[in-house]
Amino acid sequence: MVKWSDFERATIQDIFSKIDKDVVGQAALSRCLIVYPWTQRYFGSFGNLYNAAAITSNPKVAAHGKVVIGGLEKALQNMDNIKQAYTDLSVLHSEKLQVDPDNFKLLADCLTIVVASNLGISFTPEVQAAFQKFLDVVVAALRKQYY
Amino acid sequence: MSLTEKDKAAVKALWAKISKSADAIGADALSRMLLVYPQTKTYFSHWPDTKAGSEPVKKHGKKIMGGVGLAVSKIDDLAAGLLELSELHAFKLRVDPANFKLLAHCLQVVIANMFPKDFTPEAHVACDKFLANVALALSEKYR
Repeated sequence: MVKWSDFERATIQDIFSKIDKDVVGQAALSRCLIVYPWTQRYFGSFGNLYNAAAITSNPKVAAHGKVVIGGLEKALQNMDNIKQAYTDLSVLHSEKLQVDPDNFKLLADCLTIVVASNLGISFTPEVQAAFQKFLDVVVAALRKQYY
Repeated sequence: MSLTEKDKAAVKALWAKISKSADAIGADALSRMLLVYPQTKTYFSHWPDTKAGSEPVKKHGKKIMGGVGLAVSKIDDLAAGLLELSELHAFKLRVDPANFKLLAHCLQVVIANMFPKDFTPEAHVACDKFLANVALALSEKYR
């Protein structure tokens, strides 16, 4: 059972209310594909990922970025039971998509960097700690059904 | 994943933009690391205070960025350039090298936060590679 302080709950809700969801998902996913190019192995059907410019302007990457944010919002709505809420997603990533779960951390780090670049001085160390704790829980939940 | 000439140019260009704020970046990154990854506080049990803005954190953040600046200037041969620092970390400080990744992440969070327009994905990948190579050079003498 994950314990969330009032500050953490409020902070995470606040972050999601402040960020432009259409932009952040795309920015984080494209950053992940650029900074950690081996992650491209999972996106063979996405077309042109040849260089940073191609990745940043790729419409499938943008669309998938929104899917990722949608997944995070599901966690946000089920903060006291993310593991349970993510059972199907975890099975999907493990059995169908066969994603090496170490990659989840790479995307999480890129999300942190994108949120940091968007929130300016309001992204204090305490806010960062709360956000990273949330992402850690999400990543653990995604890993849960791997065997 | 060694640094290409393109990476080195990108790192130097980024450093030129951010180096004036080096002290602030170092202090902020260090305080974030101590808060977000509390296990790192174990290396600083001799400090009365590990909070952001405290004197030891500011002073040490400055020292760390001095090391980063040195690494930028020795980017063509990090192992040789950081030899003394590697010996310090290996024999005296004995910091588990896994922690270098944590500080590298926090450094990049701060750079993204303070310089969002400059920390493009291209700058990010070069910087991430650079910090990974710095960590490797710092671990040179460990065993």
